Amino acid sequence: MRETLKDRAHLLRVAAVFGAGLVLFVIVRGLLVPEDFGKYGHYRAGALNDIRATAPSFAGREVCAECHTDEAGLLKKGKHAGLGCEACHGALAKHTEDQEKQKPAKLDARKLCLTCHTANVAKPKKFPQVDPAEHGEGAACTSCHVPHDPMGDAK
Amino acid sequence: MTTDRREFLAAAGKYLILTGAAAIAFDKVMAGVPSEAENYRSADHWWAFYVDIDKCIGCGNCVRACKTENNVVNEPYYFRTWVERYHITAENPLHPQVDSPNGGYDGFPERYAAGDGSKNFFVPKMCNHCADSPCEQVCPVGATFRSPDGVVLVDKKYCLGCRYCVQACPYGCRYIDPRTNTVDKCTLCYHRITKGQTTACAESCPTGARKLGDLKNPKDPIHDFLRQNKVQVLKPHMGTGPKLYYAGLDGSVR
Repeated sequence: MRETLKDRAHLLRVAAVFGAGLVLFVIVRGLLVPEDFGKYGHYRAGALNDIRATAPSFAGREVCAECHTDEAGLLKKGKHAGLGCEACHGALAKHTEDQEKQKPAKLDARKLCLTCHTANVAKPKKFPQVDPAEHGEGAACTSCHVPHDPMGDAK
Repeated sequence: MTTDRREFLAAAGKYLILTGAAAIAFDKVMAGVPSEAENYRSADHWWAFYVDIDKCIGCGNCVRACKTENNVVNEPYYFRTWVERYHITAENPLHPQVDSPNGGYDGFPERYAAGDGSKNFFVPKMCNHCADSPCEQVCPVGATFRSPDGVVLVDKKYCLGCRYCVQACPYGCRYIDPRTNTVDKCTLCYHRITKGQTTACAESCPTGARKLGDLKNPKDPIHDFLRQNKVQVLKPHMGTGPKLYYAGLDGSVR
């Protein structure tokens, strides 16, 4: 028995080296892996808050309606009732923060209306479409239609 | 008791290592767990998205809104959401001609003649936020993950830009952002939906063709949509568990 383990000191040294390596690994891993890694799954839970931190550009129609009650009320009665304000007016979250300095851009009514209402065979048949060459003679759509109540249903 | 140099060094080394480990452990105890976001409990939501093909007019509002909201690089043309136009002739119903000029960013100039017997429609596309997403499974570093509320997201700090997930996504919903060389994709406007807003594309859709739904909220209109329509998902045979539901989807759409 004594013969077989006579060099056991060598084994202890190797074990000590492995042990030290393990401790070093645990320390380095502890320093490199964020503590929230693995909280919900194999990822860094803090990434959720990183992504959430972005500020929205679109305020949402409810926010617009808080101030622009007349327009929102008119819109609700007409054919454009389902439209969000920013579908036409563009992203206006900045305007909700500073109404004086961040004014919405003026809209080119004909171009804007035709973005949706230009005839196209791929559009649903029941969607109102016009051929710009035949309809309106190049005039601004707003000379006949009220954008917030395009077919005059609210009157 | 006498201590020689060898014993002293061995003992000192041991204490040094143990102190380091204890210091790290102590730091973790003191820091506590990261705080939950206020007023939003991810366990209360399971986000999905639904599209009514018969309402989409191909105006491109969603594509433009998404780029504005999420600062998506404009040119070269990359998209988190885009719109495709399908043209299917009666003679060849399973092989549609598909086009998507600039992803629908500038709308769709008329290309096909009316009354030729063909079938034409638009299909908005985006990340399907799969319940068993292949992109998440292949990520080697845990940069792509599915959040507890069912949104597939990317941790930009962890992404290496290895492009494995770009290949893994069967829906082509991922791209490498040329500015950061990391992967980018639809976040389902995670920064908006966790504040009680809808996504930018749904907010700006003029016909209500695309909408955000919360499957865990019994009052959400998505349940009526799923009940009242004939609903299909893209590539169900892939077993990805997509949560982007289409009503009125033609079988030729892939």
